[in-house]
Amino acid sequence: MLEINDLHAGIGDREILRGITLRVNAGEIHAVMGPNGSGKSTLAQVLAGNPSYEVTWGTVSYNGQNLLEMAPEVRAQNGIFLAFQYPVEIPGVSNAYFLRSAYNEIRKANGQEEIDPLEFLDLVQEKLKLVDMDESLLSRSVNHGFSGGEKKRNEIFQMAVLSPRLAILDETDSGLDIDALRIVAEGVNKLRSPDKATIVVTHYQRLLNYIVPDYVHVLANGRIVKSGGKELALELEEKGYDWLQGAGADAGAVA
Amino acid sequence: MSEAATVKKARENPAVARDGAARDAAGKGDASSVSTSAPGSIEVYREDFERQPAGPDWLQALRKQGMAQFQALGFPTTKNEDWHFTSVAPIAERTFRLAALESANGAGSAGVRLADLDRFNFGENGWHTLVFVNGEFSEDLSSAAGLGKGVRVSSLARAIKSGTAGIERHVGKIAAFEQHTFTALNTAFINDGALIELAAEAIVEQPIHLVFVSEGEGVSHPRNLIVAGRHSRATVIESYVSLRDSGYFTNAVTEIALGEGAHLDHCKLQRESESAFHVGTVQIREARDSQLHSFSFAVGGSLARTNVYTSLDGDAATCTLNGLYLADGTQHIDNHTSIEHIAPNCPSHELYKGVLDGRSHGVFNGKVYVHPEAQKTDGKQSNNNLLLSPSARVDTKPQLEIFADDVKCTHGATVGRLDDLAMFYLNSRGIGPEPARMLLTYAFAADVLETIELEPLKKQLEKMVLARFADDTAA
Repeated sequence: MLEINDLHAGIGDREILRGITLRVNAGEIHAVMGPNGSGKSTLAQVLAGNPSYEVTWGTVSYNGQNLLEMAPEVRAQNGIFLAFQYPVEIPGVSNAYFLRSAYNEIRKANGQEEIDPLEFLDLVQEKLKLVDMDESLLSRSVNHGFSGGEKKRNEIFQMAVLSPRLAILDETDSGLDIDALRIVAEGVNKLRSPDKATIVVTHYQRLLNYIVPDYVHVLANGRIVKSGGKELALELEEKGYDWLQGAGADAGAVA
Repeated sequence: MSEAATVKKARENPAVARDGAARDAAGKGDASSVSTSAPGSIEVYREDFERQPAGPDWLQALRKQGMAQFQALGFPTTKNEDWHFTSVAPIAERTFRLAALESANGAGSAGVRLADLDRFNFGENGWHTLVFVNGEFSEDLSSAAGLGKGVRVSSLARAIKSGTAGIERHVGKIAAFEQHTFTALNTAFINDGALIELAAEAIVEQPIHLVFVSEGEGVSHPRNLIVAGRHSRATVIESYVSLRDSGYFTNAVTEIALGEGAHLDHCKLQRESESAFHVGTVQIREARDSQLHSFSFAVGGSLARTNVYTSLDGDAATCTLNGLYLADGTQHIDNHTSIEHIAPNCPSHELYKGVLDGRSHGVFNGKVYVHPEAQKTDGKQSNNNLLLSPSARVDTKPQLEIFADDVKCTHGATVGRLDDLAMFYLNSRGIGPEPARMLLTYAFAADVLETIELEPLKKQLEKMVLARFADDTAA
């Protein structure tokens, strides 16, 4: 589904990703872990197409297409979803209007008919339950005045409604208490399916107790310095990142 | 780029003293900065002043004072503090004949049909509507609704003609023209407009809609007077519109006297044609416990200036001055407000928002002046602007001048562009740049429209704003 090859990217003159290679197949959950500043969030933003980041080298192919040539909205219309680490507040736009617009834009792009507000309401009811939020969420402005936990749940709610093929969760767990974490994880798990894939970017192993990954990758200094199965996460929890950051620096020296 | 200040104990705050000094300087500047650039156009006003039909003695005297003051002041230059960001040269350098005289010669007003005005209504029949064409009342186009007891709504010209008592007590007494060229000019040509009188306790359930339709290349000087008695209540909407694009000039003045406990919702909708010129002043005096809700919506004209000046004369009078201005192309839209806190215990709230696109230029100037006696004043003022194009410009100047020592006043102004992160957020959800831009722009404007209490008006303005941004997107 997703093939990342020697990806280099950064902001301005500052290179943050320095050669990422990663392959994600349908049905898989990949965890990307690493210390602060390792490039985890940059990877997530670059995959979603944030124009603040510049890709300087490498390729990314998504279902056989060149992802890097696609505008962010085209990526979304083709099934990519990024749950933001810091969801953006948009005062004056209701959640319902925002999400229905997104839903319909994606349908239009895929040659499907738009759905009307009533149909849409039916659709979102059950998804709200998934993240344990009530209907009043719909009439509130997008993320405006939301608590940290509400914002993260709103991201998962959007994900549930838009039903992406490739979901990228950027530190969705940070700042969440254990109950909110469980709700978020349950939301993600319910959406698991053989034709979909998820990349979970996280700083902590904690989330992976609830979302069990097929693969774990450790990022340091803009490179994947170690990949393994779910047990790698436990090892990280025990030993911290320091022993791997050394590896990253070494790899940097070699390259 | 945001600025906010809270001032308490003003005498200890040196910034306030400076502001006070600036005001004095501006006051002197007004009187001294006389433009002599366009004697030709002033001559034409003089000629038409002589040609207009005479009125009763009190009116003749008032007009004469207006004309004398207009000639003494001349058109303001940008050296005048009040006109610093707005050059009136496009108005001063043209000659506008009095539209009423032109149409009397067979040119004008008859062409407007009732059906033409449908689009300026708000989907509600049964509103009491007064229509003025090029400044003159048109009975055929107007429609009366049951107004209830103690309410009189009529054409000012007719009221003057029939010698209605009491008009002279108010006309020219509220809208000061010593410093204001355009108000002086309007005063020189006082003839027609709306007269709305509410007796004590009178309540008008339905809004009263005043529609000023203009055409051609002339000038009209609508003069409105609203006198609201004790504990009366009404909603008045003034619409300035045009059926087709032409370069006329509207120079309107509305005087409003609110009695004790009176409550007025006043909306001014400036939707002039894109080549037109508009200067409009709404000036209010508020007695104790009165409430004013003013909304100023400005989207039309090539050069437009709206002044809303209120004076909180009585204890616990309140005012809310809100507004929205949208400019595009080469439009210049200027909004000035002034709130004089004269009496104590008065809250005032103000929110103006602007969206500027193309090469347009927006101006906001909001003065809040707290007199020494106006203790316990609670004033909040903000002005937020959104620039949609790199060539659009806005000048904003919130001014607080405080001479009482126990007050709470805040003011702030922002100028910004669409947030890149918010754009990306919408894009990342599948919403492309164009619809995302529309959504964010609309959201910016919508929250001030939210403050309009009259539901059909709010809905209609929301639709207009949405359509306008959708057009921009398509272009």
